[in-house]
Amino acid sequence: MSEAVLEISGVSKRFGTNLANDNISLSLAKGEIVALLGENGAGKTTLMSILFGHYVPDTGKVSVMGEDLPPGKPRAAIRAGIGMVHQHFSLAPNLTVLENVMTGTESLWSLASNVSAARKKLMAISGRFGLRVDPDARLGDLSVGEQQRVEILKALYNDARILVLDEPTAVLTNIEAEKLFSTLKDMARQGLSLIFISHKLDEVMATADRIVVLRGGKLVAERKAADTSKAELAELMVGRAVHRPVRDAATPGETVLEAVGVTVRQDGVDRLKAVDFHLRAGEVLGIIGVSGNGQTVLAQLLSGTAQRSAGDLVLYGHGIGDLTVAEAVEAGIGRIPEDRNREGAIGEMAIWENAVLERIQRFSRHGLVDRRAGIAFAKKIIEGFDVRGGTPVSRIRLLSGGNMQKLILGRNLIERPRILLAAQPARGLDEGAVAAVHERILEARRAGTAVLLISEDLEEVMALADRIQAIVGGRLSPPVKAEDVDARRLGLMMAGEWEKEQVAHAV
Amino acid sequence: MRFERREHRPAALVIATPVIAVIAALAVAGVLIAFAGAPVLTAYWKILTGAFGSRLSTTETLTRAAPLMLTGLAAAIAFRARLWNIGAEGQFYFGAIAVAAASAHLFGGLPSLLQIPILFVVGAIAGMVLLLFPLWLRLRFSVDEVVTTLLLNFVAILFVSMLIDGVLKDPTAFGWPQSEAVADAARLPKLLARSRLHIGLAIAVVLALVVHFVQSRTVFGLQSRAAGLNPAGAGFAGVPLARTLVIVAMMSGGLAGLAGAIEVMGVKGYVTTDLSPGYGYSGIVVAMLANLNPLGVVLAALFTAIMFVGADGMSRSMGIPTYIADVTVALSLISMLIAVFFTQYRISR
Amino acid sequence: MSALMDILASAGLWAAVLRIATPLILGTLGALLCERSGVLNLGIEGIMTFGAMIGWLAVYNGADLWTGILVAAVAGGVFGFLHAVLTVTLGLSQHVSGLGVTLFASSFSYYVFRLMVPVAGTPPTVEPFQPIAIPGLSDLPFFGPAFFTQTPPTYLAILIALILAYVIFRTPLGLAIRMAGENPHAAEAQGINPMAVRYGAVIAGSALMGVGGAFLTLSAFNSFFPTMVQGRGWICIALVVFASWRPGRALLGALLFAFFDGFQLRLQTALNGAVPYQLFLMIPYILSIVALAVMARRARVPQALMQPYRRGER
Repeated sequence: MSEAVLEISGVSKRFGTNLANDNISLSLAKGEIVALLGENGAGKTTLMSILFGHYVPDTGKVSVMGEDLPPGKPRAAIRAGIGMVHQHFSLAPNLTVLENVMTGTESLWSLASNVSAARKKLMAISGRFGLRVDPDARLGDLSVGEQQRVEILKALYNDARILVLDEPTAVLTNIEAEKLFSTLKDMARQGLSLIFISHKLDEVMATADRIVVLRGGKLVAERKAADTSKAELAELMVGRAVHRPVRDAATPGETVLEAVGVTVRQDGVDRLKAVDFHLRAGEVLGIIGVSGNGQTVLAQLLSGTAQRSAGDLVLYGHGIGDLTVAEAVEAGIGRIPEDRNREGAIGEMAIWENAVLERIQRFSRHGLVDRRAGIAFAKKIIEGFDVRGGTPVSRIRLLSGGNMQKLILGRNLIERPRILLAAQPARGLDEGAVAAVHERILEARRAGTAVLLISEDLEEVMALADRIQAIVGGRLSPPVKAEDVDARRLGLMMAGEWEKEQVAHAV
Repeated sequence: MRFERREHRPAALVIATPVIAVIAALAVAGVLIAFAGAPVLTAYWKILTGAFGSRLSTTETLTRAAPLMLTGLAAAIAFRARLWNIGAEGQFYFGAIAVAAASAHLFGGLPSLLQIPILFVVGAIAGMVLLLFPLWLRLRFSVDEVVTTLLLNFVAILFVSMLIDGVLKDPTAFGWPQSEAVADAARLPKLLARSRLHIGLAIAVVLALVVHFVQSRTVFGLQSRAAGLNPAGAGFAGVPLARTLVIVAMMSGGLAGLAGAIEVMGVKGYVTTDLSPGYGYSGIVVAMLANLNPLGVVLAALFTAIMFVGADGMSRSMGIPTYIADVTVALSLISMLIAVFFTQYRISR
Repeated sequence: MSALMDILASAGLWAAVLRIATPLILGTLGALLCERSGVLNLGIEGIMTFGAMIGWLAVYNGADLWTGILVAAVAGGVFGFLHAVLTVTLGLSQHVSGLGVTLFASSFSYYVFRLMVPVAGTPPTVEPFQPIAIPGLSDLPFFGPAFFTQTPPTYLAILIALILAYVIFRTPLGLAIRMAGENPHAAEAQGINPMAVRYGAVIAGSALMGVGGAFLTLSAFNSFFPTMVQGRGWICIALVVFASWRPGRALLGALLFAFFDGFQLRLQTALNGAVPYQLFLMIPYILSIVALAVMARRARVPQALMQPYRRGER
């Protein structure tokens, strides 16, 4: 390889008792693509935040082209040619594309913005790398893929020579992701250097020249993409061989829930458009799709927090009207919300209060809360579901993501629900916790629970689901049997291509 | 400098917070007293003796504390559910004028035992009405209730001013704009003979206990706390958000209206536009000083009443403007905010 | 009906409109600047009160009128700094902090005023700003006396509105302020320190509020008395929403508002007590509520308004 454009040497960073980065050294050559692979909490984001000057490292330094960067100065990092593409875009929806790109690029004290020069420069870059956008569009009106393009253009506009992308494919369809990676390779050929952060083995193997694995804050391995395998990387990343459980054959029972032509309208927009699906006892139905395609509303519909504007719901053989949360819980629908911290838990309240809140009528008498019964219930969950790091009376905020999810699973599964709605149940969890959550879901299935699994993770859906439907723009594809599809076919379905395919596989 | 969330809040620190905040506020106010050229410690001593130095001053302080407890409770209940009711001042006047009108024109003939409870309900309902309107605006049009409740304070007081200068004007008051008086049977019994201290204080303390019970033991208390802390999470868990807010608003507005009713029936007997020396606004400070705890409200209201009554006496003898009391109370709100912050965060590098 | 037309056609009404509008323009612009950077400043009512008091007090003690305005601006900035410490550095509830600032600033104003100015039968006065006729324009029939014979602070307020509109929409600084109010993380990622921007905006905005208050005692009236701000600060907060956070519309909104106010004052006199005067006085507050209800869902609120920014926390 040619000369190193970026050198990270001996960087350590401690947060309280947690050593997020432990003496990490890493270099990047011109025109090279390095993948930074690791689980949540491995220290990837901390390392990139140090690189970008958001955090000051306790020890170690970062140098670009042989020049040391002053720590904790994002502006200096930008000036040295480092550009960051955040996973959660750092963009303002109310401003135009051009305004988003221009922010911070001119001296704050100059008397006028040079808009026309900026527009010219943006269009030039956009042409050079084939990243097309309308500079005057309001950012909030763009699709997610276009917004990511703006995020990349913003970095290039600052004359970035080193581009850092944090989980860039998290919000993209397979097809969009493939396009993105071909753009990235093209950029590398034009002399840019790239680091991308990921935990997806496929894309890492397909795109990177070199792969750096972080685990528990340490750099544990560095491999040429050509010299390694997915299996080796998986083990390096997790540190031990973790096997996600996989479903065994099932004999589905009777249909417990059926949706016919269900439409949900919110704020004047049809978020779900005439969808059909049915759930059977002892079976997992997987809904796969890129986030933002109506999953949220589908989950809300079954949790009782959104109501349909057309169509029928048949629950246990009876047509039902509007479903409230209390009725859903009463009817034996277990609910795992897609956003644990926002919907699944009230951080400042005790674990026991979080455990009983959605079934408070059962834990109260004459309007008074039965605290003792609530604490006993919470204790049972904590023991039965191996929740660590809290007692029934401690605040739920103190639990780790995995343990919080176990508690949420527990409060639903301990009641042996007839239906389990699991929206993105493994999102943001590390491998160990993912395996535990999957095991619980399969256990419920074996016990005869009908599971609706909403996920954007192909691997998860293929491991757990018996039947799969794709969700695109608020529509659901017809169901296909898991045995009959592969990743490529699912990818096409997620891009909305099912209509062209024959529906022969439909079941 | 950065702040790090504390994982555990030391209980001692939480209890000490208001004390530290008050001391800090008194220290700053001390600078202002010194700036006026008066000996600071003497001034504080005079405030204390002004508030408790005699039977008269002690009963006066307690009389002042009663409405502050009620407006403080009104704010505490609302804030806990993240309903920013800054309109207690207007609700206070609505309760007051409703009671005066109802006693003078509707229920004046009823015996005390019947009339007083009826008037309490009338006052509370008047307060509720004034808060339900901005709540409706919030639920229907997403209008921030802070600004609307603030603006309605002015509307309410002008409305009262119009009534006591018009249809409810007392014809025997030599032309002064004041309302007709409530019937004698509507006057609250005294708690202590030969003083202004009336049973309003006892009612306020009992209501603080009731609110505490409701918040800590009932399903509604649990649900409204959840709704305040995390509306999305509460909604997911089946808490009826709009209904909870409506009930909270009725309690909050009702308490503020009741404060006005009790002040008319217990102290003055009629309504003027200076009936309240800012009880509604001081209630916000009381609630914050109490960290929104209903039992703490009782103590915080006492502190505030001491400052107001004590400063009156101190002002007369030392020539320091009585506004020093308002300044101290406002400062204690700010220092309380800062103190509470440091029970939740610690400074890291 | 003809009485109505008489009122509308009198140059006096329109001259009064500009006069009534001036403190509203300044206060609204100040609040708007704070909110564009992401900070709601409910300290406005108290800051205007303090500006009115301290500006007047400075002049009463011999300073010239412009020094009085400057003193009010600086004092406003100091309270803005206090609000910024509470809401930006500590990230406390902007609602409660703002109310705290208002309670403190207003009671402190009364305290200082009482301390410095002994109680007297008639309140002491200063010699306020005098109207300045703009040469040429003020000779126009009707328009001259209506719009071009105002006191200097009124001209200043209109000028500031234009400058602020330019700064917010046409300069890098304005873009930085807007970005801090829309997405402070994005501002940080582009090398802008959103906390510094918010400090600057809140301090500058509060200075404008202070000047708005001083206009009351140094131009509209000539003395200070407690409660003279009369909820104007809250009306300004409503006007910001009404104006969709745009300075040009804020100027128009304040003028529209002042028009109703000036009109009701004259109507009150014309009706000669047939309708209780309190009903007229309610109009500005009710109009503010109506304006909020109409605009609350239509306006494009700065996305990060009222959200504290802490580095590294999302």
